[in-house]
Amino acid sequence: MSLMKRMGLIFRAKANKALDAAEDPRETLDYSYQRQLELLSKVRRGVADVATSRKRIELQIGQLEQQANKLQTQAEKALQMDREDLAREALTRKSGLNGQIADLQTQHAQLQGEEEKLVLAQQRLQAKVEAFRTRKETIKATYTAAEAQTRINEAVSGIGEEMGDVGMAIQRAEDKTATMQARAGAIDELIASGALDDVTGTGGGDDISRQLEAMSSDSDVEMELARLKGLSAPQAPGQIGAGGDGLAKETQVEQIEGETPR
Amino acid sequence: MSATATDSGHDDAGKGSDGLIIRILGEGQYDVSADALTHLNELDSAVEAAIEADDEATFRPALVALLDGVRTVGVAHAADSLDESDLILPPDDASIEEVRELLADDGLIPG
Repeated sequence: MSLMKRMGLIFRAKANKALDAAEDPRETLDYSYQRQLELLSKVRRGVADVATSRKRIELQIGQLEQQANKLQTQAEKALQMDREDLAREALTRKSGLNGQIADLQTQHAQLQGEEEKLVLAQQRLQAKVEAFRTRKETIKATYTAAEAQTRINEAVSGIGEEMGDVGMAIQRAEDKTATMQARAGAIDELIASGALDDVTGTGGGDDISRQLEAMSSDSDVEMELARLKGLSAPQAPGQIGAGGDGLAKETQVEQIEGETPR
Repeated sequence: MSATATDSGHDDAGKGSDGLIIRILGEGQYDVSADALTHLNELDSAVEAAIEADDEATFRPALVALLDGVRTVGVAHAADSLDESDLILPPDDASIEEVRELLADDGLIPG
């Protein structure tokens, strides 16, 4: 059982290295307990940190999905107006966004996994810390310093192993979160810089996105007109009401050709 | 061949049964019966061979098989115990490099 055995020996040796015999061995108990409490709060912070990163990525996924949906709508509009070139451009950008979204979803799943692991680690440590506290009081009450040594060593190294494990879990979660945060930061910058808004945003952008936007505005007008016509069609001939009149007037303004109103 | 020769070289006498406690890092402790160890030993050797060959492609499935083996034959050890583990295994997403680091320090492993 060489790998498992070696790893057991080495891991325990590392975990126990921190355990220096105090003059009164019972002080070792208090010292270890103090460190356990510190580690517990560290795990709680770790859980919170990972959750924060996870939520940030959720937010980004939402933003990118919104952009992708806008691009989809615009591609459809462009096609309706026989501008396949613009539709292609919009879909190309959308495909780029989809790549990023898929990447973020992978990261999200990883962070969720880390978060769950840390929550479980916290629960395990919590259970052991409580057991240790009980044991600590028993040992202090029952044994003299000389007698207590063996029992103290057992308790302290037993929980020392758990602490080593939990400490490692925190470290791994932090490492993973750190690399993801760097990438999340890059995407935040991209979103903030408006690079992703080029196509849909009202601001500048390149020729194609301006065209697409103009086309979209035209298309909006056409669609609105079509809607109004459809709506007023059954009303127009028969109905008398004044309200219907006003609506009918609006529908008269049929052919506003591409004079982008906004 | 005495009848009591269960797990001869083992350092721990006070574990009650003849089983062992195996910890999977990041996951917790399992009680594993001595009977199951032969099988786990084989899986363990495969992992070790993959590490020595520095072969990530065989390492991953071998490690997953070993950990699954422990989970299958093992029973979760009481959460509020303060028992040390007899054997310790890396987490299932550990790389060969990380396993090497876990084994380093005392210079027990060459290279």
